[in-house]
Amino acid sequence: MSTTALGRAAASGKLTAVVLFLPPALLLFTLFVILPVGEAAWYSGFNWNGFGRPTNWIGFTNYEYVFEARAFGLALRNNILIIVISLGIQLPLALTLAILLAEKFRGAVALRMLFFLPYVLAEVATGLIFSFVYDGDYGLLAGVWRLFGAEPPHLLASTQTSMLAILIVVIWKYFGFHMMLFIAALQGQDQHLVEAARIDGASRWQVLRHITIPLLYPTIRLSVFFAVVGSLQLFDLVMPLTRGGPADSSQTMVSFLYSHGVTRMRIGYGSAIGVILFVICVTFAVTYKRWFMRDD
Amino acid sequence: MTDMAVSRPPFDRAALYRWLFLLLVAGFVAVPLIATLLGGFKSLGDLRTNPFGLPREWEWSNYGDILLSKRYWQMLWNSFVISSLTTIITLIVAAMAAFVFAHLRFFGSRMLLNYFTMGLLFPAATAILPLFIKVRDLGLLDTYFGVVLPQVAFALAMSILLFRRFFRDLPHELLEAALVDGCSYPRFFRFVTLPLSTPILATVGTITFVHSWNSYLLPLVMLNSDAMYPWPLGIMVYQGEYTADWHLILAFITLTILPTFLLFVLAQKHIVAGLTVGAVKG
Repeated sequence: MSTTALGRAAASGKLTAVVLFLPPALLLFTLFVILPVGEAAWYSGFNWNGFGRPTNWIGFTNYEYVFEARAFGLALRNNILIIVISLGIQLPLALTLAILLAEKFRGAVALRMLFFLPYVLAEVATGLIFSFVYDGDYGLLAGVWRLFGAEPPHLLASTQTSMLAILIVVIWKYFGFHMMLFIAALQGQDQHLVEAARIDGASRWQVLRHITIPLLYPTIRLSVFFAVVGSLQLFDLVMPLTRGGPADSSQTMVSFLYSHGVTRMRIGYGSAIGVILFVICVTFAVTYKRWFMRDD
Repeated sequence: MTDMAVSRPPFDRAALYRWLFLLLVAGFVAVPLIATLLGGFKSLGDLRTNPFGLPREWEWSNYGDILLSKRYWQMLWNSFVISSLTTIITLIVAAMAAFVFAHLRFFGSRMLLNYFTMGLLFPAATAILPLFIKVRDLGLLDTYFGVVLPQVAFALAMSILLFRRFFRDLPHELLEAALVDGCSYPRFFRFVTLPLSTPILATVGTITFVHSWNSYLLPLVMLNSDAMYPWPLGIMVYQGEYTADWHLILAFITLTILPTFLLFVLAQKHIVAGLTVGAVKG
């Protein structure tokens, strides 16, 4: 027995390890991640309310309905808006704070922790806190408005401002995470380059512009990746604030899927939304990794 | 030379601006949180006329009543059970799979690893309806495991990659020596790899636990009785019941984020490392 390759493998438990260690992960992953995605594609061809088996095959009609829905257009627009704000405001803010707080001074660590705290809090709790902040009768914002004797606005109840209100919460919640990514990268940077440049007479700004920030490019690319992926799946935060309303004005892709697919048990329609979101996520992740993160 | 003399005074002004900016951001972050905490101590009328200041009368009963209510402890317990089960199962299942990928080469091993990496590309939301049908057909609707198993499955991709990287970086001589001495792979995993892997177990455990503790969509779809709700669902139900009683809702929010806050203060280093470094290396 011990002379055959199989025998040797068995003696060292190689075979046992493979046969024992891999199946649990494989089973769970296939059953709850891969199969459902395939089934979403399958179900999206049916008009089905979830009872019995799907029989009413309607081809691509569900996709047509999705693309024609006004709420879908709004959701798509809002997701893009979140990405734009994440990249245009949140990222520069996080970068600036990281550069300020990567230095050692009294209070730096405490401030880092304070800024990271919102990221640790649950989205739902954050959403509820801000629905208080924005509340037109009892909220903090209303308090500020009343201070100036003005009639407080109901930000969340207006189609014009609901998305703006959510975008502010998005920044509040996630800038600390990106800041921490940058701080971790900054602390890993070799300080000799900076010192050498300073000795050669470069100003602080020049050092920042030509050394520190270029060295951060890989982290910036990573941060952009997280920001986009995170924006695409934003849902928990929207529910306590607006549930996607009023009149779908603050719908995101996932909240649209939830309110138009899940709550109405339209399995086919909801699956079609899921498949569209899947295609967007995978296309983005794959192209982004190929184009911008080749070195990782 | 002139550099010192010229740049000294403007530098101080820069420091001033820096502090102003930092304080502004600190206020932006802290004011909503502090107002929430204090709001829970106010009466509704006090809250309306005085949203920012200290309570005129400290209403300890707002907090007291919630702390004495069964629903508060019930939903924290539900969250605790779901998050603990998710974390423990994820750690065991992912570490075992990662061990195989780190040390054993066999036909198709590379392909299988790539198969798991696909899990990083899309969120659970994309397949939430088929997932619901699946959990229903398995008879797991409205049970802890109906939430736990999908959560584990979606945590696997990232966890396996983190474990695999760590296992591969452990000194190779250990495994070779152990094999020569007749130790088998499973025994090596149990008695050498795992004891050496506390840092990565802590990292993956933290990520999984925090995500599960805060998760909303999966429990929302899989659970339908109040008695099973974890706290993010429970707090939404509570808000639905007490719509305009903001002082009670604020007290409730404060008490539900209290465990997260305490954990964060106690284990901030691990949590920051877990959630950022973990994300970078995945």
